[in-house]
Amino acid sequence: MTDSKLTSLPEPSTEASGGCGLGRREFLGVGVAAVATALTGCGTLSKEEFLQHNFQELSKEEVLSVIARLEKEYKAKYGKDVKVGTTPAMPGVIFGYALDLSRCIGCRRCVHACVKENNQSRNPEVQWIRVLQLDKEEGVNLQHAEQYYNPAEVPEEGHFYMPIQCQQCKKPPCVKVCPVGATWREKDGIVVVDYNWCIGCRYCMAACPYGARHFNWGEPNLPPDQVNTDTHYLGNRPRPKGVVEKCTFCVQRTRKGLYPACVEICPTGSRKFGNLLDKTSEIRYVLENKRVFKLKEELNTQPNFFYFYGV
Amino acid sequence: MFNFRNFKQFIIDTIGLMLTGSRIYYAWVGFLLLLIVIGTGAYIGQLNDGLIVTKMRDQVSWGFYIGNFTFLVGVAAAAIMLVIPAYIYDWEPIKEITILGEMLAISALIMCLGFVMVDIGRPDRFWHIMPLVGRLNWPQSMLAWDVIVLNLYLVLNYFVVTYLLFCAYTERHYVKKIVTPLVLLSIPMAVSIHTVTAYLYNGLGARPFWNSAILAPRFLASAFCSGPAILLILLQVLQKTTKLKIKDEAIFKIAELMAYTMGFNLFLTAAESFKELYSGTEHVVYFQYLLFGLKGHNTLVPYAWASIIFGFVAFILFLVPKFRTNWKLLNLGCVLIYASVYIEKGMGLIIPGLTPDALGEIYVYTPSFTEIAVAAGIFAIGFLVFTLMLKAAVPMMLGEFTMSRGRKKATEPEVEPS
Repeated sequence: MTDSKLTSLPEPSTEASGGCGLGRREFLGVGVAAVATALTGCGTLSKEEFLQHNFQELSKEEVLSVIARLEKEYKAKYGKDVKVGTTPAMPGVIFGYALDLSRCIGCRRCVHACVKENNQSRNPEVQWIRVLQLDKEEGVNLQHAEQYYNPAEVPEEGHFYMPIQCQQCKKPPCVKVCPVGATWREKDGIVVVDYNWCIGCRYCMAACPYGARHFNWGEPNLPPDQVNTDTHYLGNRPRPKGVVEKCTFCVQRTRKGLYPACVEICPTGSRKFGNLLDKTSEIRYVLENKRVFKLKEELNTQPNFFYFYGV
Repeated sequence: MFNFRNFKQFIIDTIGLMLTGSRIYYAWVGFLLLLIVIGTGAYIGQLNDGLIVTKMRDQVSWGFYIGNFTFLVGVAAAAIMLVIPAYIYDWEPIKEITILGEMLAISALIMCLGFVMVDIGRPDRFWHIMPLVGRLNWPQSMLAWDVIVLNLYLVLNYFVVTYLLFCAYTERHYVKKIVTPLVLLSIPMAVSIHTVTAYLYNGLGARPFWNSAILAPRFLASAFCSGPAILLILLQVLQKTTKLKIKDEAIFKIAELMAYTMGFNLFLTAAESFKELYSGTEHVVYFQYLLFGLKGHNTLVPYAWASIIFGFVAFILFLVPKFRTNWKLLNLGCVLIYASVYIEKGMGLIIPGLTPDALGEIYVYTPSFTEIAVAAGIFAIGFLVFTLMLKAAVPMMLGEFTMSRGRKKATEPEVEPS
């Protein structure tokens, strides 16, 4: 078995502590707000939104007011009561994921369940899971991967399938390169993005070896009737244009003890998910009893996402 | 001594000089303003619709904007090419040229910052990246380093240029104790802006094409080819259109120095190509995409070979003394090396770095009309800044226009930059 050190490193918490006042920013902000509003190109930027600081630095009161503002905005936009949660990481939990390559049939139900659950833009459709069709003769060789396979029936002769999503690395290169600290690794091992702090430079996308980060090139197109109203600030709340997003292991679900949407939908049971710190969990069973590997292990990103051949 | 009334007069006179000129000057400025208007229009469209109006997508998430940014950082860094011999060896013929190099650096940096600004998805959040006010992820992020060094380099060059001109304007010799340390500081600063920009790509394990130890040396070597090439052309234009006298000796000396950097640049390119192509590991796909095409996609191939051939021909032209002292051949060499580096450090760097993408997909990127229009606008801003600076600086440098003699005597020299 490969390195699966389960110790957690001291990470920035989502829970606000201390909190820094908006004094100096207020000073800067008011004068520049007009220019900034012009720069958004839509002219709907409120002063509060413009001045909002990084989520990790907000005090509890500030978090509450941000959530209230967002919920109001979503209500106005979608005509629905969208609940924006801020549930922090559970103590004693680091999430791990394992995917059985011998079971996956490449049906892409996970892809679509993910889009539905996580409020991705529908047109153009943003997909956090990409399923690769690989040649059995070539093995896991990405240069022989095909993402746009479209036969009447899967699986196809001579092929196997490899779904790829955020690998929730223990040493995430995306976090390291972000110039403004808009993305970080939570205590439960989930790498999240503050969509209200991201400047959209896309350096993280260049740094990610898994193509797991996606950019809202245009205004996200999310029809009101398809909005999932159960959201998390760091997860599936509707995103603005011009920011990066990614798989969060369905943080809005998993922190409540539910499985990620992709695990729940998988018709073949290829997807295993659980707490790496819990010795009785299914994920630990897989790590103990199956021979697992990590994608692009040589890059030392140390994913908490494992692949294995179950049969 | 410095006093505010003089400085205010200096600013007013500078603006005055910028606003008056010949018909050709107005036509040139008008042309640049037109490009800026077109670029602004395209950019407003991009702000409204998002970066979807570009051809960049998740697979190729950086393109024409960042390619131009990278190339122009090189141009900005190359100012030191001229500073080194002038100040270290105290070589007078080049000294007067250094201020031109610094003005070129300022213009290039303004374009660099422009290209970064148009590339980000949320320009309204620019304050997030400002030191102290925002939350700069320093020292971890190379982009944070780049923000810092580029701005410092801009301020430094701006200060030196302003100071030197102000001294010329007030007819006093500049204080060596102020200028020399700053100019010497600008040498490591110039190296560092280009090194940090190289590290920005270099540090990404996910992108084997960039993850090479000689990327930063290659950046520097190519910058020292393209930057001086622009200046050589510019110097000839100034010599013809103004009273500025630049000794041929100085130009040929720069050309000789360029021959060495061009040779070194070719050597580094060869070293990199050999390593990738001969060992033929899985990383070779990016080089294949650039040089030979991959799976039938060969958009970059003609550009890549043009870059290599131009670079080689220019090297020969600059290496042989008989050729480089022939004005026509020298200028041909300048154009060739400029084109070569523009391809190599622009699209030739960014696109194969991202193609095939992290999952092996080939997305063929070519810039959209919006990207080209916005880029043209930014180049026009850079040229405009440079033109205006030259317009005011040249008569001051020549001592034609000073505070005491002022506007009355100033005969307007025609400035027509390349």
